[in-house]
Amino acid sequence: MSKIKKITGQPLFLPIFCMLLVMAVNIFYDLGSGRFAFNFFTVSIRNGVLYGRLIDILNRGSEIAILAIGMTLVVSASAGTDISVGSVMSLTASLCCMLLAGYGVASTNTLAVPLIVGVLAGILLACVCGAFNGFLVAYLNVQPMVATLILFSAARAIGLLLCNNLIVYVRNDAFKFFGGYLGFIPTPIVIAAICIAVVSLVLKRTALGMYIQSVGINKDASRIAGLNSEKIIFLCYIVCGLMAGIAGIVASSRISSADSNNIGLNYELDAILAVALGGNSLGGGKFNLAGSIIGAYTIQAITTTLFALGVSSDQAPVYKAIIVIIIVAIQAPPFNAWVKRLSAKKALAKGGA
Amino acid sequence: MDNKVILTMRGISMTFPGVKALDNVDFTLRQGEIHALMGENGAGKSTLIKCLTGINAFEAGEIRVDGIDGPVVNHSTLDAQKKGISTVYQEVNLCPNLSVAENLFIGREPKTKLGTIDWREMTKRSEKIMKDLDMQVDVTQNLEEYSLALQQMIAIARAVDMDCKVLILDEPTSSLDDNEVMKLFTLMRQLKEKGVGIIFVTHFLEQVYEVCDRITVLRNGKLVGEYPIADLPRVKLVAAMMGKDFDDLASIKSEETPKFSDEDILIDAQGLSHKGKIKPFDLKIHKGEVVGLTGLLGSGRSELARVIYGADKNQTGTLQVNGKEEKINAPIDAMKLGMGLLPDDRKAEGIIGDLSVRENIILALQAKRGVFRLLPMSKQVEIADKYIDILQIKTASRETLIKQLSGGNQQKVILARWLATDPDFLILDEPTRGIDVGTKTEIQKLVLQLAGEGKSLIFISSEIEEMLRTCSKMAVLRDGEKVGEIVEDLSQETVMKAIAGGDGNE
Repeated sequence: MSKIKKITGQPLFLPIFCMLLVMAVNIFYDLGSGRFAFNFFTVSIRNGVLYGRLIDILNRGSEIAILAIGMTLVVSASAGTDISVGSVMSLTASLCCMLLAGYGVASTNTLAVPLIVGVLAGILLACVCGAFNGFLVAYLNVQPMVATLILFSAARAIGLLLCNNLIVYVRNDAFKFFGGYLGFIPTPIVIAAICIAVVSLVLKRTALGMYIQSVGINKDASRIAGLNSEKIIFLCYIVCGLMAGIAGIVASSRISSADSNNIGLNYELDAILAVALGGNSLGGGKFNLAGSIIGAYTIQAITTTLFALGVSSDQAPVYKAIIVIIIVAIQAPPFNAWVKRLSAKKALAKGGA
Repeated sequence: MDNKVILTMRGISMTFPGVKALDNVDFTLRQGEIHALMGENGAGKSTLIKCLTGINAFEAGEIRVDGIDGPVVNHSTLDAQKKGISTVYQEVNLCPNLSVAENLFIGREPKTKLGTIDWREMTKRSEKIMKDLDMQVDVTQNLEEYSLALQQMIAIARAVDMDCKVLILDEPTSSLDDNEVMKLFTLMRQLKEKGVGIIFVTHFLEQVYEVCDRITVLRNGKLVGEYPIADLPRVKLVAAMMGKDFDDLASIKSEETPKFSDEDILIDAQGLSHKGKIKPFDLKIHKGEVVGLTGLLGSGRSELARVIYGADKNQTGTLQVNGKEEKINAPIDAMKLGMGLLPDDRKAEGIIGDLSVRENIILALQAKRGVFRLLPMSKQVEIADKYIDILQIKTASRETLIKQLSGGNQQKVILARWLATDPDFLILDEPTRGIDVGTKTEIQKLVLQLAGEGKSLIFISSEIEEMLRTCSKMAVLRDGEKVGEIVEDLSQETVMKAIAGGDGNE
């Protein structure tokens, strides 16, 4: 009994449990359809690159995972969410593609400016967006939801302006790299891994992680104890913008274009959900980055599984919603209390008999 | 005085992870009695109350309430309220932005036939409640318009109106001044006449002797005993709470007043001010000197200290530290000059509730080092363990969340946070508020010890005796203005006179 308690008490228990649940569904499906039970986990090499459902999930989930990093910090420090990340992704893609193709050009095979210039300019703009959000929240005390609502609605439109209302295609192998392959591994997986590694390392090696949590838990007490609460919140939004920029480049590279209306659409919601699934309170304070990352891949796993089960992409959100309801309910404190009471009753009945 | 027993708790036990919080505790409350529940921090007072009101689940024992057959187990405060047990806490748990009437009837509003709220009826009944309790309150005004004391009394009125037989007052007087305390006591006596049984939890010994009929003392989660007030004089009460004879507080200060020369000036503030709160003031603090700031609540004694520390920004004048003029824009600037501030509002400005004791202790030191120079974990553990040991912080482990500690131990953790930064100048704002006698003495001794090591301190307290014991100089404040300093002839009388102003005859 105490052993079980020890395991369920782990902070990462629920996110991992949810992940396993999704995987179990896959195994049963494979068994049911008469295939090899671990079909889901098989990774093979086809056409010189990694292939398999697991790889697909890791690959497709990269953007959400990258966004979830920034979102986790923002949620922790400011007890609010940055709902502009999806739009900022799209804006980043627009600026990058516009620079690479040249203003007003709808499609190009050759690059107008060096690749690195376009990419960095896009990411820089995303950081500026993050700084804008951060300024409103940290220094002007605007509620995070309201502050980021501005760019949520404006960023996509700005992107369209930059692209002269065109969908700009950049059909260039160098640009395709970010959504393509590095050797035999999909590049997005590598990029996500680097982002996760760098941020984790910074959190581990500096006091930033403690600062962010401290400010998120009690801003005033943190200030008295010598922290610059505003600056820390500001910084978190910049990091969130940076991550949105990186995710935007990846998403854009995948489709070789800057499709303002579709890149990053609804991704902010997935990113927020990833944070929640990771067992992080949206009320700010303590955070667990690993939980958010697992949450992000869980969301992608659900999507991929649904497609594998033959659910059409129009209906997928319905099933996704049902699964999310279940997962969130399992994590809710009243449910936990109920389970505890139930098991206590059982133990009592056993003792009586 | 042998009234009917309305509440009995028998053999209550409960464990927190690693700590036996309550061990076979009995408690009995009679009708129309004010019953003090006393004990040091961590003795189990709050836990016992929480078991009664359903916030904590107890493991063994039973509770019986008059008029209800069989043992009572409450699962929530609402549950307890339905059985006639209401609680009013130190922090008023009402809505400041709603009117007094709304607060009185929130959740049980009188309805019209249409099912909408009957505002007229609500106002009428609210006025009657207020009148019955001799409180002069305009019930249509927002609650925040009234002083904390009145808010607390309104909270009590609400509880009483809900047919409560047992009223629990948990540290109700901690943030009230003497006058307000008197008013509260009058109200308590009125309720007593009406047959309400009151459980009174407090740290103020004088108050116990003023209103209570009976005392139950807890120590380390165990029942020490239940005594009629006449059988337990103050010294015996303290001895019962501490489990040892009372360490005489008066003897901790050495007799001779230290002399300070001008070369030893550490802090020299000239004309500092904060708009609307603090008028320009001068203040010199020597090395090894303990300066007390005194004045009525709201006279600006906390605010003055906050201006020096940069918690509220200074707007005029100059501040010299160690003979050099310095600009302090934020607390971190002050910290780099060797200052520290223990704020009076522990919950709002002191503790970082969801962080561990270790993290809370090293926070200020870490902030001083800067974000890139993370203290190695081994060092963090060493520092945390050191201060847990020195200050005898009662915690299950150094990784326990600070919010799980009792108030006095939380205060010690914040104190440890500042001691860890090795400050030259420490501002202690109400360091002993809501803390038991034993810890109070420890903190006072610590203050004198720090001064002995050549550190300078500002000490702010509502208890003049406590300041007389520790301070060598007192600055007196009135309405945000520093009106004087008392260096020689420090006594209760001179200080009182200075606070009262004029010739003190008013």
